[in-house]
Amino acid sequence: MKEFFSKYVTLRKHNAQVAWKKAKKSKMCYAFLAPYAILFTLFYVVPVVISIFYSFTYYNILEKPRFIGLANYISLILEDDIFLIGIKNTFLIAIITGPLGYIMSFLFAWLINELPRWVRSIAVIVFYAPSIAGNCYVIFSVFFRGDAYGYVNAFLMNLGIIDAPVLWFINPDYMLPICMLVILWMSLGTGFLSFVAGLQGVDRSQFEAGYMDGIKNRWQELWYITLPNMKPMLMFGAVMSITQAFGVCDVTMALCGYPSTDYAARTIVTHLFDYGFTRFEMGYACAIATILFLMMILCNKAIQSLLKRVGT
Amino acid sequence: MSKKKKQENIEKPYRKKLIKKRKPNRSVWGDIFLYLFLAFVALVMAFPIIYAVSSALKPLDELFKFPPTILAKNPTMDNFSDLFVTMGKSWVSFSRYLFNTVFITFVGTFGHLIVASMGAFVLAKYDFPGGKGFFKLVTVAMMFTGYVTQIPNYLILNRLGWIDTYWSIIIPAFAAPIGLFLMKQFMEGLPSSLIEAAKIDGANEWKVFISIVMPNVKPAWMTLIIFSVQSLWNNPAATYIYSEEKKTLVYAMRQIQSGGIARTGQGAAVLVVLMIVPIVIFVFSESQILETMASSGLKD
Repeated sequence: MKEFFSKYVTLRKHNAQVAWKKAKKSKMCYAFLAPYAILFTLFYVVPVVISIFYSFTYYNILEKPRFIGLANYISLILEDDIFLIGIKNTFLIAIITGPLGYIMSFLFAWLINELPRWVRSIAVIVFYAPSIAGNCYVIFSVFFRGDAYGYVNAFLMNLGIIDAPVLWFINPDYMLPICMLVILWMSLGTGFLSFVAGLQGVDRSQFEAGYMDGIKNRWQELWYITLPNMKPMLMFGAVMSITQAFGVCDVTMALCGYPSTDYAARTIVTHLFDYGFTRFEMGYACAIATILFLMMILCNKAIQSLLKRVGT
Repeated sequence: MSKKKKQENIEKPYRKKLIKKRKPNRSVWGDIFLYLFLAFVALVMAFPIIYAVSSALKPLDELFKFPPTILAKNPTMDNFSDLFVTMGKSWVSFSRYLFNTVFITFVGTFGHLIVASMGAFVLAKYDFPGGKGFFKLVTVAMMFTGYVTQIPNYLILNRLGWIDTYWSIIIPAFAAPIGLFLMKQFMEGLPSSLIEAAKIDGANEWKVFISIVMPNVKPAWMTLIIFSVQSLWNNPAATYIYSEEKKTLVYAMRQIQSGGIARTGQGAAVLVVLMIVPIVIFVFSESQILETMASSGLKD
């Protein structure tokens, strides 16, 4: 055992020496990477660490942080009803819009793949535009205005489906579904582009081999040839849509107000803003951020291991 | 012009063969149904944007017409000029908001392009200790949104003394992980022999980077630019900047829209200003962006 241990140490030492020599030789690489690495560490790595650290403290910026152990987490989960609403809403939105948006992205990318070239490029612009149009979603507040002159209300009243105008963004029953609708409208984003590009890169000869082997329709072709070829893009798209689905807050804040009626449209991120930038309870807000961080990373890892099985 | 013609000549036989080239395992009805479906969805997707543009062009009496018209009958640019006129009288003029946003977007995007490409170049083309680990870290960073780090970022920026300056938005944007990721994936496709040849000819690394690598990854530039512009142009900057004269367009838009019914036309006009820039950039660089995205896959 001891011998094994000392051997392990010498091996490690040797490896470290080799690495050190290599590192010395490749000073240029570090010089090139340094600007990015420093900024990345400063604004992405350190904040996560700080956030985890402060989540165990009571910190309100004015006083020095005071260590209080797990108290933040305990009160978040056991006492904070509004946070639980936020978690519920975030999960609802993530579970519905995440997979649906992802599938939509792939489906449309796949459907427009066979169109002639110029039609395809127009289609890409039309489908992708909502997600880069930035704040264009506020136009939905015009469509769903609460009085009888709101277009959706007027339309439904003319059809006789409803007899009084619905307060879409004030009535808690309607807030989330409409926000989901808007998020879905914007969900053909980076992942969609990646899919479109990936589908173009699938080797044509594989399809021809597929006809020979008796692939009958487009669905079989999709499952046995296209999807396995697209695995890296599928992974990338999944990362993009999960990150987006859990970070939802812009749409709900812009459409339903902040805070919304009965907190019905509160998400985790909105709760984070509330405690971080309105009440200045930084420790508490950091605990929320840490929970959100863990949720995102774990969900990403789970989905990735799931996607590895596609087409097998 | 001649180039275009040449391309058409190449494309024409392709177009003629369109019907013959149909894949053997497709049914005609399936195709027709799918195209109709696609056209319908495209219409639904485009409708809010078309509506936003047309309402920015509508004169005041048309804006409040009921039932609404989808397209403006007498399009005017009044709403856009009103932006400058009415906001010009307010404390901070509209052009100032516009300048802030343009400045932040331009500097942030430019810096991001340089910094991220430098990092991506060595990560893609050289094998050095720590390189792979660092890249993994960057891919992990893509998995969480900026909201997670917003509060600690505030504390860090505060420590650096950048709160309430443009730099609080610009500098963190330099380090956006997706830019480095896409650039690195694309640079991996560059043939290594290109770099070696340049080295044999006596170029140092910086020269190789500037005159060999960067010109060869132009498609990836556009991709980085579009993602960076998209996030900076729409940045409300509300948490890190509190001086009125340094706020951005998105903030101005929210102010205008909270101004009530009288400002409806101007609100629509700002909305168009906000969305037209990323969309126009995308329209002009679409093929390059798609070329880059083809190498965007996440391998493990």
